[in-house]
Amino acid sequence: MTFNSVAQIVVHIVVLAVIIRPLGAYMARVYSGQYPGMTRHLKSIERFIYHLGGVNPELEMTSTQYSWAVSRLSLVSLIAVYGIQRTQSWLPWNPQGLTNVESSLAFNTAVSFVTNTNWQSYSGEVTLSGFTQMFALTVQNFVSAAVGMAVLIAFIRGIHRTSTQFIGNFWVDLTRGTLYILLPASAITAFVLVGLGVVQSFPATIELHTLENTPHDGVPVGDPPEIDTPKSNAPSSPTAILPLGPVASQVAIKQLGTNGGGYFNTNSAHPLENPTPLSNFVQMISILLIPAALCHTFGEMVQDRRQGTALLTAMTVIFLPLVFGVAAAEQYGNPALSRLSVDQRASDSQSGGNMEGKETRFGITNSALWAVSTTAASNGSVNAMHDSFTPLGGLIPMWLIQLGEIVFGGVGSGLYGMIVYALIAVFVAGLMVGRTPEYLGKKIGSFEMRMAALVIILPCAAVLIGTAAAVMTEAGRSSVFNPGPHGFSEVLYAYSSAGNNNGSAFAGLCANTDFYNVTLGVAMLIGRFFVILPVLAVAGSLAQKTKIPSGAGTMPTHTTLFVSLLVAIVLLVGALSFFPVLALGPVVEHLELYVH
Amino acid sequence: MNTAKPAMTSMTSLRQAIIQAVIKLNPSTQIRNPVMFAVYVGSIFTTVLWIDSLISPAEESPGFILSVSLWLWSTVLFANFAEAIAEGHGKAQAASLRKNQTTVIARKLKHAGTREFTEVPSTQLVVSDLVLIRAGETIPADGEVIEGVASVDESAITGESAPVVRESGGDRSAVTGGTRIISDWLIIEVKALPGHSFIDRMIQMVEGAKRQKTPNEIALAILLSALTLIFLLVVATLLPFSQFGVHVSGAGRPISLTVLVALFVCLAPTTIGALLSAIGIAGMNRLSQANVIAMSGRAVEAAGDVDVLLLDKTGTITLGNRQATKFSPAPGVTEQELAEAAHLSSMADETAEGRSIAVLAKRQFGLRGRDLESIKPHFVPFSARTRMSGVTVDGHEIRKGAADAVAKHVQSQGGSYPEESRRAVQEISNAGGTPLVVSSDDRVLGVIELKDIVKGGIRERFAELRQMGIRTVMITGDNPLTAAAIAAEAGVDDFLAEATPEAKLEMIRDYQKGGRLVAMTGDGTNDAPALAQADVAVAMNSGTQAAKEAGNMVDLDSNPTKLIEIVNIGKQLLMTRGSLTTFSIANDVAKYFAILPAAFAATYPTLKVIDLMQLGSPSSAILSAVIFNAVIIVVLIPLALKGVRYRPVGAAQLLRNNLVIYGAGGLLVPFLGIKLIDLILNSTGLL
Repeated sequence: MTFNSVAQIVVHIVVLAVIIRPLGAYMARVYSGQYPGMTRHLKSIERFIYHLGGVNPELEMTSTQYSWAVSRLSLVSLIAVYGIQRTQSWLPWNPQGLTNVESSLAFNTAVSFVTNTNWQSYSGEVTLSGFTQMFALTVQNFVSAAVGMAVLIAFIRGIHRTSTQFIGNFWVDLTRGTLYILLPASAITAFVLVGLGVVQSFPATIELHTLENTPHDGVPVGDPPEIDTPKSNAPSSPTAILPLGPVASQVAIKQLGTNGGGYFNTNSAHPLENPTPLSNFVQMISILLIPAALCHTFGEMVQDRRQGTALLTAMTVIFLPLVFGVAAAEQYGNPALSRLSVDQRASDSQSGGNMEGKETRFGITNSALWAVSTTAASNGSVNAMHDSFTPLGGLIPMWLIQLGEIVFGGVGSGLYGMIVYALIAVFVAGLMVGRTPEYLGKKIGSFEMRMAALVIILPCAAVLIGTAAAVMTEAGRSSVFNPGPHGFSEVLYAYSSAGNNNGSAFAGLCANTDFYNVTLGVAMLIGRFFVILPVLAVAGSLAQKTKIPSGAGTMPTHTTLFVSLLVAIVLLVGALSFFPVLALGPVVEHLELYVH
Repeated sequence: MNTAKPAMTSMTSLRQAIIQAVIKLNPSTQIRNPVMFAVYVGSIFTTVLWIDSLISPAEESPGFILSVSLWLWSTVLFANFAEAIAEGHGKAQAASLRKNQTTVIARKLKHAGTREFTEVPSTQLVVSDLVLIRAGETIPADGEVIEGVASVDESAITGESAPVVRESGGDRSAVTGGTRIISDWLIIEVKALPGHSFIDRMIQMVEGAKRQKTPNEIALAILLSALTLIFLLVVATLLPFSQFGVHVSGAGRPISLTVLVALFVCLAPTTIGALLSAIGIAGMNRLSQANVIAMSGRAVEAAGDVDVLLLDKTGTITLGNRQATKFSPAPGVTEQELAEAAHLSSMADETAEGRSIAVLAKRQFGLRGRDLESIKPHFVPFSARTRMSGVTVDGHEIRKGAADAVAKHVQSQGGSYPEESRRAVQEISNAGGTPLVVSSDDRVLGVIELKDIVKGGIRERFAELRQMGIRTVMITGDNPLTAAAIAAEAGVDDFLAEATPEAKLEMIRDYQKGGRLVAMTGDGTNDAPALAQADVAVAMNSGTQAAKEAGNMVDLDSNPTKLIEIVNIGKQLLMTRGSLTTFSIANDVAKYFAILPAAFAATYPTLKVIDLMQLGSPSSAILSAVIFNAVIIVVLIPLALKGVRYRPVGAAQLLRNNLVIYGAGGLLVPFLGIKLIDLILNSTGLL
């Protein structure tokens, strides 16, 4: 690891740490209905939305009503996104004349965007019309993110309130999250990105004359000569089609809402989606921005900032070593190349290390930092191909996903997942101080444990059973192109990504088949809703309890000791659940590559 | 109870436990513990695999499969054994209790107010029957004394051989079936049906026959089941993964079913799963060793959570009675003169307070009992009307009593009440003492200070409790001034003065509204509402039936300080659960490092690198892990029974200590243990 590399990571963390505290406090105020600063002017819009939807913002919901509202909205969203894809050829704004999306792909894509996963089995620019992108996907980028945040806020209310059944109004939380947080933040970020060179245009494509196709001798420079085909002898068209579109606005919400679905197939590795190191920096910051800031929101809302800081610290403590781990693994390079006497050392003239699948304008450090950020947060956007990372460099992002997307995690979903882990940590360790366990003054009983168990088991089951089904069936196996353990890693990565709503992929797996579209879709549904529903149930159950005043006999949950314990439990559960599969994939691959 | 020896020591109970361990293999018993049931199924499965391997060629050698299978069976048996050992202690207690449960012939009175009776077997008595019992007979049922006074031998339930007095009315009217009347007779009204008596409940509790899982135990069992389910998933999916691995690498063979089952059992939280119920039973046992019978396991658990202790002043915080501590003479009177008069006036006073005055006079001035014959004293006993007592000797009327009573007495004889004495009385009251004024004829001699004596070491106990995060509240009938002074001296956090049953109940409700758990002790019928409201309510065995019914624990020693011990036992119970859970989960790391490289040795030999322990061979590695997993249960049985030691330090400190011991220890111990077992297996050629 070079000094330059360490410095970049440190700067990233410091900048992030500075922004998130005020943002966290702002969000806490938004969700409690206090409107600071300029946003006050949006209040009339908010009221108008409630008027339009017939919502009484004063009317709070029980956890069952809240769950029902979330489910209804998600179901309607699913049907809408599916329907738009299936009918896009008849809908406006389809200049490329794209056909209707085939049913299993449309299902997969609908689930993917409604669950905030943004797994993409398709290439956006050649499959989806502008209308579909705008009214199906972009809408969901906002809505699914706002849903995650709303559920978190309801959960926090459940923890903080006492002796009540009510945990807030879902429609209000949804509206406020979108109107006061996601929309303004996206607008600002989009403007900054446009300023840094990210494309934002309405015409979806432009035709341009390419250097490659300038007919000097009639043979395109970049293509391999195909002498025996008549095509190569014919004069090529002097123009190429360059897909454009409202990229900056989509990129802003894709990062801020931990969606990850890019405008272009290659996501933020695409030069028009992420042109410079500076735009890369802004995008990386915006990946972790809201998930990290929500920790402070939590601290504010439970009126004990130390609690939020403790969870944020736990996340950071897991995050940082893994960033350095990936950066080190990638910088070390590929021994197969070393054997061919390729110089992989870092020097002034080259970045060194394993640069396969990475953009030269980002280099190893920014690719590693992005990979860890995007998998820690359940974002899934990429600026380098994770499939081309060294085995260990690829293991870490995959493992971060398998931890359940709780290290920062998705907006809202990451923190509520982490709080569920905190409940488990409290349960195991709380007993060791000779009291029945409690978190923030709420007793953790068998109902909470049952729900927490679901939150941990179901995504884990989706990943393991999904992967098992894929490697057991011909339908699954036939999509695996890479031999050996790496092929296994690709399948495992796909189900890990879906089951935990990340959305990034190891490429190399042909995922656009009925089998993968359907099974990954189911995994995404499980990973989203079978976490949300138990979490809301816990919120309802905790809200009804009285708060036990803390004293000398209560286990503190803001200390270094507790943070270490929480980290240990998260890592232990993650390690114990996935050690065998990881051993059969990346670990074996690593050993075979490096030891032999 | 005291007579029952701990079960561990006796060989017969050990044999009993082994027999019980085998009997518990009954599937209907096993299914109650999901973690161990999974192991049980695994044992059966590997046995089938072994039989199959004898008939047709199998993935592993029959010897290996048999070894794994036997050790899995041992794991189940060890778990059963742990539970049986814990139950054994209760069984011994139950047996000694049951001896008193013989059916006796009871004299059932035909109706109230008569002595006519019919003889019926005690089993046919019903509630509100009246029964006559005479000296030497066994009381046929739980009841309330209606008539008579008798001394009763209650050693059958308390282990205390000194008889106690039972009489109608008041707080000593409850009798327990199975105890014996030593002298006199009683007429009792039956309060409990046969089979539902106090002794029956005690037997059920100590025997664990009606043992229900406590809330925290259920929650923990859910967590453990969840972990078991995760590992089941991990292991079950490992089979297709390894088949795929073989398919793509073209080498080796898929992981065998025997190894999969072995891996699963090692990963499942069997250590805590096996010991969980033993821990719970042992907690109850520790309680009954302290001579406390809990009427529900829930109460023991709640004891660990208690935030507030309500303690009666008298007998708990202070010694039972006030004692004289100081003589304050009036002007013109020497201290010796006052002491002599006080001593004289107290010679016939057989109350503890009176005796303490004599003791003080003797200690300070060497005064001894006078020759009563020579001075011919005339003693005046205390009366509620005069509120004084005293003696008339040599024509002098010596009186002692409450300040205003003596003042009136002196003034009525033309004497005056000196200002100094008035001030002394005020000072003593302010300091929480009780002043007694002594006079001789029309002259005030001075004031005796009677004080509540705070028990030695109680202040330290309360400081300890404060560190544990427990608030102590003193309950007293004294006026607020006196109460405040004693509260300050004893170091309690709060006090309730001039306490009435209603005020007590109100106070408990207030604390509970604030989310706190309250523990208290009580013995009188008027304590019953408060006892019923408190989360942990310890009734004194000497108390009334109503109090015993309302409480969720009964202290057979009737010692109010026991509450502190009960809290300790509750905390110990929870800590033991938490520590062994942590230990059990932490163990898994080492087991992975042992089993995984071994399991995939054929397909991916490179995985040998992660075999940190450098174990002998794949099969010895797997077997060592399985053996360790079984043996650790037996090793930890004593800890489960004794409980993790509780020290009254802050929660943070406690957590740190236990995390180091059971968390870090849990990571390290299996590495050493598995390596050691592997060395033994390989060096002795057992494999």
